[in-house]
Formats: sequence, C-alpha cells, structure tokens
Amino acid sequence: MNILKMLKRTILYLIFLLASPASLSWAQAPNPLANSWFNPGLTNAFVGACLLFLLVELSVWRAKSGKPMFIRRIAGLSAVEEAVGRATEMGRPVLFLTGMNDLSDIATISAVNILAQVARKTAEYDTPLLVPNRDPVVYTVTQEVVKQAYTEAGRPDAYNPNNIYFITSNQMGYAAALDGIMMREKPATNFFMGYYYAEALIIAETGSITGAIQIAGTDAVMQLPFFITTCDYTLMGEELYAASAYLSRDPILVGTLKAQDWCKVIITFLLLAGSAWALIIRNDWFLSLFSVG
Amino acid sequence: MKRRVPLLICLFSGLFFGIQFFVPHHQVRQVYSNGLRWLIVVAAFTIIMAVGSLIVHHLRRVHRRTKGWGYSLVTLGTLLGMVAAGAATGIRPGSLFNKLFLNVQAPMQATMFGILAFYIASASYRAFRARSKEATLLLLAAIFLMLSAVSFIGYYFPRITTLSEWLLMVPNMAAQRGILFGVYLGTLATSIKIILGIERGWMGGGR
Repeated sequence: MNILKMLKRTILYLIFLLASPASLSWAQAPNPLANSWFNPGLTNAFVGACLLFLLVELSVWRAKSGKPMFIRRIAGLSAVEEAVGRATEMGRPVLFLTGMNDLSDIATISAVNILAQVARKTAEYDTPLLVPNRDPVVYTVTQEVVKQAYTEAGRPDAYNPNNIYFITSNQMGYAAALDGIMMREKPATNFFMGYYYAEALIIAETGSITGAIQIAGTDAVMQLPFFITTCDYTLMGEELYAASAYLSRDPILVGTLKAQDWCKVIITFLLLAGSAWALIIRNDWFLSLFSVG
Repeated sequence: MKRRVPLLICLFSGLFFGIQFFVPHHQVRQVYSNGLRWLIVVAAFTIIMAVGSLIVHHLRRVHRRTKGWGYSLVTLGTLLGMVAAGAATGIRPGSLFNKLFLNVQAPMQATMFGILAFYIASASYRAFRARSKEATLLLLAAIFLMLSAVSFIGYYFPRITTLSEWLLMVPNMAAQRGILFGVYLGTLATSIKIILGIERGWMGGGR
C-alpha cells in the first residue's frame, strides 16, 4: 500500500514538474533581503573596501602634493627596456601575451596596462610587436591599446594592425598556435602576462627552447613554479598589478601602491592579533568578525 | 571628449557594479543581470571582429607567401571546412561536424596536453639541479613529495608521508597565502584605480 502511495506521489510530482517548470520556485526559499538596500552580512567587507578606497584617495592626494615616493626595484620590470632593446638589436619581434582569461579578470587588465607601456617602447625602437589573442574582447581592446600607444609615442606609421590578431578560444589550440609562432618567428623577447592554466609550461618551455628572453607575470599561484623555472624573470602576484606604475613612473600611480602597503600592514596586524586571540582567549569571536554572508 | 566618455562610462559602471555587491534589492539585481546580458551582446559582436581578423591575418600571409604560409592555408581550410560541415549537417551527435570534432580536434587537444608531461620532466630537471642553497632545498622537498606519492613507501615509511603533508600544508600554504593576500589587495586597488580613472593603461596610457 505504501509503495503504491509513493508511486502515485512520484507520478503526480513528475506531472507537476513537467507541466510547469516555474512551479519549482516553491522549492526555493524566498530571499528575505529582496527589498533591502543593504546586506548587513557584508558590513565587514563594505568597511574593508571603504578603507582601501580611502587609503587610495589619501595616497593620490599625497602624491599630488609632490612628496617623493619610493618603489622597490623589481628585476623583471627593470629588464623590460633591456629585453625590447635586445629584440631591436637582433632584428626580431617581441611577443606579448595577455593570458587566458577575459577582461573581467583584473590580471588581464593589468596585462593590457603593461602592454601599453611595452608598445610605447617597441614604437620608440621600431621593433615589431606580436600580440596573438585568445579572447575576442581582449583582442579588440589590445588592438586599440597598441594603436593608441604607437600614436602617443609619435610613431603611428609604425603600427601594424596585422600583428595584433585573434587565434582561437580553445586552450590547447591557442597553446599550439603560440608554439608555432615562437618556433617560426623566433621572437627575441616573450612577455607572458595575465592568468594562465595548464598551457603555461607548454608555451614557456617552447619559448625557452627558442632562446628568447622571457618575462612572465601572473597571479595564478599554481603556474608560478613553471614560470620561475622556464622564464628569466617572473612577476609574482601583486607585482603584476604594480607593473604599470613601475614602468610609467607616474607619481600618482606609484603613490597608490602605498595604499596597498598600508593595507598589508593592517592585515598583518589583524593576523597577529587574531592568532594571539585564538591562543589566549580561545574563542571564535575574533574570527567571526571576518565571516561574510 | 574621446577620452572623457570612456572614462565616465567606466566610472559609473564601475561604481554601480561595485556597490551592487552590497545591495540585495531585487531592482538592483535586475539591472545587474541586464548589464551581464549586454556583456554577452558586446562579446558576440567582438567574435565577428576576431574571426574577421583571423581570416585577414592568414589571407595576408598566404598572399605574401611569408614563411610558413602553408600553415595559414591549413588554418583557413579547416576553418571554412568546419563552418561548412556545421552548416550542412548540423552539430548534433552523428553529424559530420560532430565527427570531425570528436575524431580530429579532441585527439589533437589531448596530444597537446600530453606534451605537458615531457615539458614537466625537462623543467623539473632544470629546477632540481642543486646549484644553490635554495635549489637544494627545493630538490629535497621534491624528493620527499615524490616518494610520498608512491604507495608502498607510504606504507613502509609513514613518516615520509607525514613530512610531505607538513611541507604542503605549512610552508607551502603559508607562501601561497602570502601571495594571495597581495593578489586580492592588488585586485581591489587596481579596480579602484581604473574606476577613478587613475589607471588609464587600458586606453593606451597617457593622462
């Protein structure tokens, strides 16, 4: 009897489901915050974001006041000029990659920012710059960025739109095409900026075989060891974001790096305080201050 | 004007997409999902431009007979071939397009992925040469980790497994988290700089 009842319920349920997929909404809990203008569960994240916003603004204000800002030497970025110069001397092109992700990834945006600086240098040295792309949106942006950089460097005539092109969105297809470009065109300098996945080693190792100077920059922690092994210089994590400021030496951009440093000081202090709290007081109150939801 | 308009669009859209994260109101959610739909429409148009660039790039190479132009011919041929196969037979299982995808493209992708194993071997050889103090430490850590992955070693020498787990979970995790803190702060700071128009590299640089 029970089995029959269950069968009947199941059939009724299936009919109900097929008749109206929208009826599934009964299973979803109504959002209690649907009419609210602020999610109180995100107060701590909001305070943190506001704090960083204020620190950036403060650093911009300080930079505008003309106070000199120190920025530590980053070997990979100091080598950019030398790397482009080497390509010029050898009469070979420079290859620049912006990573595997689209423009919603900040690593890709940072790669595009670095591309603008590198494009200015290649324009000044009159060295061909190859930018094969994986994402159609990134392709259109890189084309405009390189064009603008060549114009600002006073060499719009040297800009070759045929050197900035789209290959494929397929991960391994893109890696295969890059390997082919590196083996045929033999670029003297390879820049691997942005976010990478399993193809990182395939392209970096091929570049290493061709004897090119390689400068990589990524926030993909899993791929960092591969780049460190195969590239001459590697920008790790936040160094990728600092690259634009470092290369342009714009005091305002350099100044904003100070805001990041201050945030790191605050985070380090909170980590130490949290560890001490957990060891001495032995409860989760401190930890609960940082939970979101 | 050419610079001001993109900067204003960036400022307003950046502020909206930043603030919407904290606002659960259904009207804001609706605007947010509409914004994401616009993104799909923009991306669809850029695909047309991107494929156009691919065709023009390879046609030029073939026309000028530049080094390796034969590869460009193969690229153009396969591009048109796949489009024709998809248009003529559809993309469902059993169609010519599907067969080409499963029997030609998929094995080629797997081959490229397979090359990774050999590249890891050559990269490991270079990394593990004990030329300095740091490289020696790396070599020792790698030896313990590789040994712990062997089943009978873990059975007979459980301390090796314990040590390798400690290496992964303590020094390795600490270093990773240090990098990730910098990455997250850098992400936030870069976003703020772009929204406020301080960082303009994405427009080709300049102020």
